[in-house]
Amino acid sequence: MTHVLDPNALADTSSGTGTLPDPFADVTRSNDAFRAFLHGLPGVDQVGAEARAKVLGTRSIKTTAKAWAIDTAISMVDLTTLEGSDTPGKVRALAAKARRPDPTDPSCPAVAAVCVYGDLAGVAQEALAGTGINVAAVATAFPSGRASREVKLADVRDAVANGADEIDMVIDRGAFLTGRYLDVFEEIVAVKEACGSAHLKVILETGELVTLDAVRRASWLAMLAGGDFIKTSTGKVSPAATLPVCLVMLEAVRDFRTATGRQVGVKPAGGIRTTKDAVKHLVLINETVGSDWLSPDWFRFGASSLLNDLLLQRQKLRTGHYSGPDHVSVD
Amino acid sequence: MSDRLAVRKTYKLYLGGAFPRSESGRTYEVHDTRGHFLANAAWASRKDGRDAVVAARSAFGKWSGATAYNRGQVLYRVAEVMEGRAAQFTEEVAAGEGLSTAKARAAVDAAIDRWVWYAGWTDKLAAVLGSTNPVAGPYFGFSVPEPTGVVAVLAPQRSSLLGLVSVLAPVLAAGNTAVVVTSKERPLPAITLGEVLATSDVPGGVVNLLTGDAAEIGPWLAEHADVDAIDLAGAPAPLAMELERSAAGTIKRVLRTPAEEPDWTADPGLSRLRPFLETKSVWHPIGV
Repeated sequence: MTHVLDPNALADTSSGTGTLPDPFADVTRSNDAFRAFLHGLPGVDQVGAEARAKVLGTRSIKTTAKAWAIDTAISMVDLTTLEGSDTPGKVRALAAKARRPDPTDPSCPAVAAVCVYGDLAGVAQEALAGTGINVAAVATAFPSGRASREVKLADVRDAVANGADEIDMVIDRGAFLTGRYLDVFEEIVAVKEACGSAHLKVILETGELVTLDAVRRASWLAMLAGGDFIKTSTGKVSPAATLPVCLVMLEAVRDFRTATGRQVGVKPAGGIRTTKDAVKHLVLINETVGSDWLSPDWFRFGASSLLNDLLLQRQKLRTGHYSGPDHVSVD
Repeated sequence: MSDRLAVRKTYKLYLGGAFPRSESGRTYEVHDTRGHFLANAAWASRKDGRDAVVAARSAFGKWSGATAYNRGQVLYRVAEVMEGRAAQFTEEVAAGEGLSTAKARAAVDAAIDRWVWYAGWTDKLAAVLGSTNPVAGPYFGFSVPEPTGVVAVLAPQRSSLLGLVSVLAPVLAAGNTAVVVTSKERPLPAITLGEVLATSDVPGGVVNLLTGDAAEIGPWLAEHADVDAIDLAGAPAPLAMELERSAAGTIKRVLRTPAEEPDWTADPGLSRLRPFLETKSVWHPIGV
């Protein structure tokens, strides 16, 4: 198998789609070519990735560095509610919390976005107007992605029409796992087009991809198709975001920027519940892709309970004594 | 004479139903009154205190929500297991407090009796401390006692078993969960009590036993916003005053302690049950 980052290895004179970044212009000319390209990506050393993630997780982040990390993590949170029981009232309450996560402390930063189902995007947009906080909506038959393409695209257009600034789509894992990479690719391209000016986050659902090699392939596929962010999980499947998976995705966005010049964001979602987990992710970013990604424009946490733990830790640093769950809102 | 090597014990904490080492990795040596080595004990840190509060908080719902009858049965079962371990308790009390075996046995018996006595109180508290109130209107008025929440207990420094039981059992009988900092110099009966609790029916996290220094962990527990009450039995006078002051920041219930450790054999009455109960009053219209 040829090395992936040398696009000439797959050189072919037939025309590409024309939408791809320059060096990869023709890798999607056919499913076989695309498959050859994705499978030609360097294999992931799983043991090495786990060891690397583990050793970075042991970094001790204290005092002023911890305070910075907590504030940065808060500003990266996509405050999420994705329940069948969501109501407009709950979304408004969440929006209020997004604006002022800690009402007792005006210096606490706002979160990056509120993430809801598409039908509630309008409610969220109204509640967040003028705050600079984005509204993210999940679409494309979230979380399973099991619907026809027409339905998925209609779902996306509906969410955008409701006022979503960011669309979180799920890829068709069934097609991905059976090797129909081009179908997955074309679907993402179509969704990106339906998004218009809205940012597109592509959910790989890494818990269903089984191997880190597949995570790397899916990351490249999503980036080539035009995703602005790659996101680990829906939060409905376990395991969700883990550090090794995040490491592989960060390496993918780093390599992709080196090859094409385009920067893509990363969003781990699901299973990140404690400040310690969040800080580990920040360390992982800094050590893998550098500080370019240490901003809410390029890195997000998809979470709901994480924010409360960040606030408790923030209160502990501010007051000098331990805080308790009675001192943050119940979502 | 056997030349068998002594099996020297290194004990751990009792936290959330498990026996972890101290987060800090520290241990200290426990000696008898004549300075002979008895065992190694874990030296708990403030972060163990933090973890213990989390465990106690998560155990509170189930323990406070259990029926009073059930709580009484569970506590009575603890006394049964203590009875089976009486010889071990006697040995540890005798070594730690410098008592004769007979006096130590009497202290252990008194401690077990005290536990049974408090076990009997669980389903009587509402009758004794609650009331149906006379009101001037078409209403029923009820007052019922409810547990305060997570209680930090600084256990007595001198009386290592009877004193410990006398402060811990009322907290549990009232339906609270406890974070206990044991006697620093005499922790062994408390450690054995932890083993008793782990092998009886008390849910994990209801009692958390931290062996270590009350002066080190106490201030963190007194300031902790998720601790609802603190019993200062084992805090020496200057520390007790400081803790009382810092507990005011989060409006805790504080049970003060006399300058000298009291005689634990005396009948406690309701003096240690009432401080860890809140009174809830309910008005209910008649005829609806």
